[in-house]
Amino acid sequence: MLNYAASRIVQTVIVLLVISFIAFLLVANIGDPLAALLSADATVNERMELVARLGLDQPIGTRFLHFLTNLLQGDFGLSYRTQDPVAKLIIERMPATVELAFVSLLITIAIGVPAGIYCGVNPNSLFGRFIMLISTAGITLPNFVVGLLLIAVFSVQLGLLPSFGRGDVVKLGFWSTGLLSVSGWRAIILPAATLSTFQVAFIIRMLRTQLMEVGMSEHIRFARARGLSEARIWYVYAIKNTLLPVITMLGLQLGNIIAFSVVTENVFAWPGLGSLFLQSIQAADIPVIAIYLIFVGLVFMVINLVVELLYPLIDARVLRRQS
Amino acid sequence: MSISFSAFKRRLLLGTMAVALAVPLSAPLATTVRAADFKFAGPLDAYTLDPHAVSNTLIFAVLANVYEPLVRRNAEQKIEAALATEWKQVDGTTWEFTLRQGVKFSNGNLFNADDVIFSLTRGQAGGIKANLNSISSVEKVDDYKVRFKTRAVNPILPNQLTNWLIMDKEWAEANNATAPGAANNATETFANRNAMGTGPYVIKERDPGVKTVFATNPGWWDKKTGNVDNATFFVIANPSTRVSALISGEVDMIDGVPPQDAERIEADPKLHMQAGPDLRTIYLQPDLARDNLIFGSEKTKNPFRELKVRQAMELAIDTGAIQKRVMRNFSVPVGLPIGKEVNGFDAALGAPVKPDVDKAKALMKEAGYENGFSVTLDCTNDRFMNDEATCLAVAASLARINVKVEPRAQPTAKWATQVNPPEYNTSFSMLGYSPNTYDAHIFLTSIAATRDPKTGLGAFNIGGYSNPEVDKLIDAIGKETDQAKRTGMITDAFKLIKADVGFIPLHQLNILWGVKDNVTVVQPADLAYPLRYFTVK
Repeated sequence: MLNYAASRIVQTVIVLLVISFIAFLLVANIGDPLAALLSADATVNERMELVARLGLDQPIGTRFLHFLTNLLQGDFGLSYRTQDPVAKLIIERMPATVELAFVSLLITIAIGVPAGIYCGVNPNSLFGRFIMLISTAGITLPNFVVGLLLIAVFSVQLGLLPSFGRGDVVKLGFWSTGLLSVSGWRAIILPAATLSTFQVAFIIRMLRTQLMEVGMSEHIRFARARGLSEARIWYVYAIKNTLLPVITMLGLQLGNIIAFSVVTENVFAWPGLGSLFLQSIQAADIPVIAIYLIFVGLVFMVINLVVELLYPLIDARVLRRQS
Repeated sequence: MSISFSAFKRRLLLGTMAVALAVPLSAPLATTVRAADFKFAGPLDAYTLDPHAVSNTLIFAVLANVYEPLVRRNAEQKIEAALATEWKQVDGTTWEFTLRQGVKFSNGNLFNADDVIFSLTRGQAGGIKANLNSISSVEKVDDYKVRFKTRAVNPILPNQLTNWLIMDKEWAEANNATAPGAANNATETFANRNAMGTGPYVIKERDPGVKTVFATNPGWWDKKTGNVDNATFFVIANPSTRVSALISGEVDMIDGVPPQDAERIEADPKLHMQAGPDLRTIYLQPDLARDNLIFGSEKTKNPFRELKVRQAMELAIDTGAIQKRVMRNFSVPVGLPIGKEVNGFDAALGAPVKPDVDKAKALMKEAGYENGFSVTLDCTNDRFMNDEATCLAVAASLARINVKVEPRAQPTAKWATQVNPPEYNTSFSMLGYSPNTYDAHIFLTSIAATRDPKTGLGAFNIGGYSNPEVDKLIDAIGKETDQAKRTGMITDAFKLIKADVGFIPLHQLNILWGVKDNVTVVQPADLAYPLRYFTVK
């Protein structure tokens, strides 16, 4: 087990290094931040001064090395745009995104898992077919369309839920939470629902296929032959066999939501990491973009790691296979 | 479309009249009208609260509600007294400002000459230094009188100071914010995140990039003509969400309405559009500095150097069609690269050029380019309203005289590295300029003057236009103190520029606000949000 964990961690660090280099190369190519920082009437001298101050005149290799040294010393640099420390910006914005991801995961589990099981157990029922039809829409509609549709219906037409923002937030140390106020919960419903449409549809389809497959397997037929009740067969024996891939998918999707909620956050003016990322791209705020990309890499790696470390708890055979 | 649009225009006219009437009338009423809350949303946030860190329209738009300049613009965009009560030019290079007495910062500190001198030093060390460039030194006559020495004769110094906001010296010193925020890796100042001025509002709460809450400053020396006591500015980047927030009633006003949504807002019985002129003018500039086209078919000669080619291009572009089709009437075609609100704009010269394709074709033939040539047009796709679409329309217009234009639309950050100094890597570009002094001279010195890296003249003359006669006039305008003579010389300079067709003006943009019917707003051409004039019924 320890060996297993250690090898995974070493891999994670190597991948992160590669990601940070690629991130740096990418952002060095998106343009310079001078347009946003200098006034339209700035003289050439002022321009040159700023270029030198930001180190933009150094070769790319030197800049990366400098960036990496600072990174290892825990200095993530200052944003060109706001002149705030990048670490502070990311920590400030992270709670919004994590809460959004968390609520959308809850929705996914609360709706996707029961619906998926129902469709798997009763694949030919009318209701099961209806759910499958709806889930096709969930898979195919792009996120921003779902978001705008929800806004058009629930905010503009019905006036039930707010179309933007996070509502009132409560500070708990460095963490600002919107989950302790009514307006916060009202604000999170639409964006979380938007984010979860794809996940819900995906989980339903996956569970259905898995369950149908397991339903054909030997041990289920054997259980049925022994006269166990249908309920016991499905909900105790069959489901256990489908959980592994479902948990892997949910884990990876959580990473996806945290990392790429950019579109949904933009649509709902959700003050999370995605919005920060977009604002930074517009202003060519290289330090923030680079750190954000590395952060995203980190989130994926950590989630992956956690999921892989969870496997043995669900299916002891994984560990046995290792040894 | 035509019916609804004329109705819309009428509404617009009524709206403007209402504003004009409301301003003088509401002053005595202000005490009787109940205090109101006001919520509004825009696409971007002021990314710093430091008034001296960056010269940026949006930062000034937000901060002008909190900090004040010595002289400010009123609802009609005329200069009026703010922290200075009187100002006069003592001699050619000396301006004397008498300061208002008894003004307090919102922390209770008294405002005096020391704060002015401090803010000048701080401003000249920060990103707004270009705006304060003409001041060489300042002298404190007494606690409420200062004298500025200008580098050269400067007849329009007050115009240049409307965005120079005064900060409290004691406050800055107490909070270790005496140096302006700068984009290096050292300064993160207190003033970046906090604002404390003498203005009509204080910032009660701020979440950068999310919202800013303004509360009225009870100790303000002046009276608000509006009735907004609490205002919240939300940042909603996505235009569709912004429009939804207005329609669903969550906010009272939005900035940056997409032109295609204007009719939808007009159609709502509780909302209307407020569309006023933006100071910014959009124009095309061909590269005249190089001997060939770096992005185009002509590798041995530069067709733009032929006056006839430039004249033909100007005649071939149908700015009226761009106004109707691309801008949905939310632009005003102009014949000069400065807007109508700018001091020095001449109505006769500023009339848009009538398109004449036949004449344009004849001119191309005379110039020897009957078969045309091809060139890349550099433009932005995220900077001005419908900038990319305008670019495509220009390309279509010029195709009629066989100038094959290939539009290259890029995000501003990318575009700017390419076309901006010192490289000026473009053969043909679409540009926009907003003279923040409301005076033509700033356009002439930074854009129409011959490029000179030493003096900084013509730094943003992207196409390298050069006419010695114009340069002479620019120099003379800078020294002339007689306003009538000065305006005459500005007109002469623009006559020459127009005859040379060094710039092909397209249009002045409109500022598009969607507003609830119970709200009266004042919409300045420099994109500010002067909350002190806003009234909620």
